[in-house]
Amino acid sequence: MTPRFTCGLADVGAVGVGAAGADAARAGGKAAALGELARAGMRVPSGFVIMVEAFGMAVQAADPSGALRAALGALPAGDLAGTARVAGDLRARVAAAALPPELAEEITAGYRSLGAGAVAVRSSATGEDSPEASFAGLQDTYLAVCGAEAVLDRVRACWASLYNDESAGYRRRQGIGEAGLAMAVVVQRMVRPRAAGVMFTRSPVTGDRSVVAIEGTWGLGSALVAGEVTPDSFTVSKVTGEITGRRTGAKLRSHSWEPNGPGISALPVPPALQGAPCLTDEEARALAELGRRVEGHFGAPQDIEWALLGDTPGDAAERIVLLQSRPETVWAARERAPVATPQPRAVDHVLARFRKAP
Amino acid sequence: MDGNASAARFPLPSEIADAPGAEDWRSMYPYFTRFQPEDDQRFWFYNSMHFPEPMPAFDTVTAEIPYSAIGANTARVFVFPTTLGIEHRIVNGRVYITANPVTDPDEIGRRAALFGERAGYYYEHWDELYQGWKTRIKALIDEITSITVPELPEFEDPSVVTGATGVAQNHYVRENFHRCLDLFSRMWHHHTEFLMLGYGAYVVFFQFCKQAFPEISDQAVARMVAGIDVIMYRPDDELRGLARLAVEAGVDDLFTEGCSPAAVLAALAGRGEGGERWLAAFERAREPWFNVSTGDGFYHHHRSWSDDLTVPFAALPRYVAQVRDGSLASRPTEALRAERDRIASSYRDLLGSDEERAAFDQMLGLCRVVFPYVEDHKFYCEHWFTTQFFGKIRQFGALLARSGVLAEAEDVFQLHHTEIDQALSDVMLAWAAGSQPLGAAHFQPVVASRKRMLAALRDWSPPPALGPVPEALNDPAVHMLWGVTQQTIEAWLRPSEDAVRGCGASSGVVEGPARVLTDVNQIGEVRDGEILVCPVTAPSWAPVFGKIKAAVSDIGGSMSHAAIVAREYGMPAVVGTGDATKRISTGQLVRVDGDRGIVQVIG
Repeated sequence: MTPRFTCGLADVGAVGVGAAGADAARAGGKAAALGELARAGMRVPSGFVIMVEAFGMAVQAADPSGALRAALGALPAGDLAGTARVAGDLRARVAAAALPPELAEEITAGYRSLGAGAVAVRSSATGEDSPEASFAGLQDTYLAVCGAEAVLDRVRACWASLYNDESAGYRRRQGIGEAGLAMAVVVQRMVRPRAAGVMFTRSPVTGDRSVVAIEGTWGLGSALVAGEVTPDSFTVSKVTGEITGRRTGAKLRSHSWEPNGPGISALPVPPALQGAPCLTDEEARALAELGRRVEGHFGAPQDIEWALLGDTPGDAAERIVLLQSRPETVWAARERAPVATPQPRAVDHVLARFRKAP
Repeated sequence: MDGNASAARFPLPSEIADAPGAEDWRSMYPYFTRFQPEDDQRFWFYNSMHFPEPMPAFDTVTAEIPYSAIGANTARVFVFPTTLGIEHRIVNGRVYITANPVTDPDEIGRRAALFGERAGYYYEHWDELYQGWKTRIKALIDEITSITVPELPEFEDPSVVTGATGVAQNHYVRENFHRCLDLFSRMWHHHTEFLMLGYGAYVVFFQFCKQAFPEISDQAVARMVAGIDVIMYRPDDELRGLARLAVEAGVDDLFTEGCSPAAVLAALAGRGEGGERWLAAFERAREPWFNVSTGDGFYHHHRSWSDDLTVPFAALPRYVAQVRDGSLASRPTEALRAERDRIASSYRDLLGSDEERAAFDQMLGLCRVVFPYVEDHKFYCEHWFTTQFFGKIRQFGALLARSGVLAEAEDVFQLHHTEIDQALSDVMLAWAAGSQPLGAAHFQPVVASRKRMLAALRDWSPPPALGPVPEALNDPAVHMLWGVTQQTIEAWLRPSEDAVRGCGASSGVVEGPARVLTDVNQIGEVRDGEILVCPVTAPSWAPVFGKIKAAVSDIGGSMSHAAIVAREYGMPAVVGTGDATKRISTGQLVRVDGDRGIVQVIG
């Protein structure tokens, strides 16, 4: 059976529709980026993406006449109660609607091909203006999902999250219609990291492009994303590998999962480890080096989620997996005047400096 | 220390009490080095970088003459717009300095016009002027080397008569002593002729990098500029060459840990052709490379390798062992050059625009033009010349000892140069008159008293700074030369209990036992795997970097010697800690974090 609705992560952008842009439109930004990384030789947990056509089918099944979507799209921006009511109705229907058998079978087959163990189910938004992008967070990522039925449930929950109150309200305020909505869903094998977190391939504080800023905590990165811990932070020079800044946080809890699931549990971190750095210097440098490669691959500073596997010693670079990479947007949007402009003679720089009071 | 930030302050100069046992310290130093009542209004900091020990009376010449020369060049010759010269004062034997700023905008403008023309001329013609400088400084070295100290024979040589020279030897006692001082002064004028301009170019590039890359480390900036064929490494390279030759010539068995230089040299003379070959190579290496001082050229007792062969001979056994097991590497100059260029081009690529890249190219290019001077002048000036200079003064000391004025030659360094002038006059007169000099009764008690005072002054802990804290200290030259920043001042005001903080000058984190050296002559005590904790390092310390795991110094910025050598060896270094040698003891287990500039005692 040729898959119609799903695509192996490593094949996103390589096969399918062809052009990367078009693939991102079918697979969403997250899956497209993961596919790029995988094909560039970086470690990404194996998985597949359920492309936007499946979402279209599911919404069609939940709202066959399109009446609910039309009603939602017609509501004025200020009608919070109405938005909540109609969106809630749609959300419930999408989450409950039975999937067309061929789609359910394809997703189940994809899940089995990953070993039928614990997986992460994550939404993959399709556009910059997508409200999903603005409300990115835990609600559309489900960790340690076990069993085909649970996976199908979580896939529907991802789709339904497009109709949560915040997303729907955002679309009303922005005047974004309901017709073109689309969402893909990524299903990936769970990893069991010793530590995980995020990194920016430029300083989030100063915008400095010569450093990688890393934050990490024990266990799954969800503890960090959820704000349950003060993470460790490292600033590493992309050029020299020097660690120019480091702070050890108070990591009181860690997220982990059990093989038989379901879901993740938050456990207290033993006191001795709470204030101990979750990364060695070698690991921080390896992360920064990988961040530099990812930035080079995409041609712009990135915001990356990473995980570091296992406690086994060995080459740190071999133990890092990437869970997400997206373009950094805050500093990219800022204009900066040049620090200096060329002068008629090189010495003019010096003469100018020493003419000013210090 | 309790109290909030505004309450914390440094003592005023007038509040400093005389060190016990050295109450008469003022008698050692000229009147113009004493703090004046109005000096309480200004901020002074202890120049422990150049003067980490109490000053013997003669050695104050290494403050008087350099400050006379540096101020002349900045204030009067090149007319730096915002800065005049440096004033120095001595209290309890320690040298404190302050820079005189220009703040009036009109005055700055007037100076700026002259500065633009004058500094511009030097930058534009740097290579050619620097070549001329090297010729002039070598001529000065030849001249100081050739100065003779008269023997004062019973009868003058007949050539005085047959040549009708008309001038007797006692005349040359004073003339030649004055020539030594005059040459020392000339050397320092030449030293500071290029120095501030050289640092100026670096400061401008440094500030550009800090603005473009706010989180770049000082050392990353330094690595883009650092020269590869730096004279500073040459003495150590010579030692490695001698180690190779020892193995090749089959005399390597003589170089054992703790060997005595005199015994090895004597044994080599009896080892036939191989021994002769080694000795010949040794003599060739010695001149000029063993003129490297174990200090920085500011104290008479920081002897050179040539004066005290124990330092180079302490390094040789290790290098010989490395030759035997094939692990003795030469400096990988090609790899170092490639790495320097990679770092520079990586930062360049990260800049925001072609405009910035063009400005970066100009500034970096200028830095690389001026840096050979910045890196190499010390060998010519503070080492080669100054070794010869102190050697000559020591010979005048020997004359005074022969004449009975001093008990021993080395005592000459307990006299100020104007006092030596008097003592020499005494000797000249006595020789002419056929009488005995009168100086013994006058100077010998003075020398004895000063030696006691210097010993007492060693126990005095100089405050890192004196006077009111400046509102802002953002002079990059002060930062670069002395490692003094606003942060340093704050750390001085509030010493933390648990960690020693300084400038992270070379990255990495290691742990190991500390070896605290307060005197460079203890260099032979360093053992493999130790962490060196010292006041300041100089090029002659290079061999020790092969043994240690990390370096920590009281004094220094990112361009200090310890920083440069540590980066090259790839070992962590924290410099400019202010007081690491006081707060850490030999044998303590310490963790050196060269990234954050922190040294912690952990056991």
